[in-house]
Amino acid sequence: MNRIRLAVQLVFTIVSNGYLYGFMNGKIYQGNLKYVCVPGLNCYSCPGAVMSCPIGALQALLNQRGFTVPFGVLGFFFVFGSLLGRVVCGWLCPFGLVQDLLHKIPVFRKRKRLPFHGILKYGKYVTLVLLVGVGSLFLFGGFAKIPAFCKYLCPSGTLLGALPLLGRNELLRSQIGGLFYWKLGVLLFLLILSVKVYRPFCQYLCPLGAIYGWFNRFSLVQIWWEKEKCISCGVCERACPVELDVQEISVSPECIRCGKCVGACPTKCLQFSGFKAGSVVSGEKET
Amino acid sequence: MGFWKSDERGGRMTVRRNGKSRQYGWLSGVLLGVIFLGIGAAQGQFGVICRKAVMICLECIGIG
Repeated sequence: MNRIRLAVQLVFTIVSNGYLYGFMNGKIYQGNLKYVCVPGLNCYSCPGAVMSCPIGALQALLNQRGFTVPFGVLGFFFVFGSLLGRVVCGWLCPFGLVQDLLHKIPVFRKRKRLPFHGILKYGKYVTLVLLVGVGSLFLFGGFAKIPAFCKYLCPSGTLLGALPLLGRNELLRSQIGGLFYWKLGVLLFLLILSVKVYRPFCQYLCPLGAIYGWFNRFSLVQIWWEKEKCISCGVCERACPVELDVQEISVSPECIRCGKCVGACPTKCLQFSGFKAGSVVSGEKET
Repeated sequence: MGFWKSDERGGRMTVRRNGKSRQYGWLSGVLLGVIFLGIGAAQGQFGVICRKAVMICLECIGIG
């Protein structure tokens, strides 16, 4: 299961950042695919990005003059979320892949959570409301609203957008200032923390995870727990990288559907269910 | 200091039955999403997204 997931993550990251000409010349893709959003956090200023970032797109709509309900991006959220829930985080997000790979580095004793997890896990909702929502609507730079999350926090923009672009584009490099160093600091902090703690950005800060977490309870793809087969051995709980109980797996907004519990279960009482959703739902068979 | 110790733990857990999920909630969500996409398209929102996405976003890369 882990190898399949890694392969899916790699393929999706390469496909959604497949504009190699951009990496070579310090430019970005400008074709029609950018009308469409990818499901995961993938900065549209990455030289390789062939589609748009949903959080960047949401802020672009909120940054318009006056107030516009961002139906276009909400549509993407509802479609991706209703089908996949946080499968997007576990399987399709390029920045999630980066954190996964860093967490495999065999230094430090690993932790699944930060201290005060119970409070800190709400950080992603705070980020969504304050930076993506309120910040994008009410913060101004001159006369224009600013995409506050992208500007002050987004590590994906720094890693996938800024570093490759600045590496190849001297004009942009000459404009580096304090804001860039702030964002670089945020990125480095999160990358180093990822070596110790499992996906700290996803667990505590990502506004996209906050949105998709809401869909987890009723999305099409679920992890089906067949209670009759369960021997309560606790293997799934120990395998879960975000430390969920078996009854929370899949339905909790924290579950990223990585499938480690499915792979670890000795009695196969946890299974991915999806396109047979008419006959099974998470946790119990249809009666 | 506890932060630097591993938090691997074992032991049996209590297993409770999940609450029944709504089986077709996802379908309603997809339909709502498609409607939202249609409204967004009618309002020209994808043009706004594309115009933003084809320019280098200076805020995103930390120099704007």
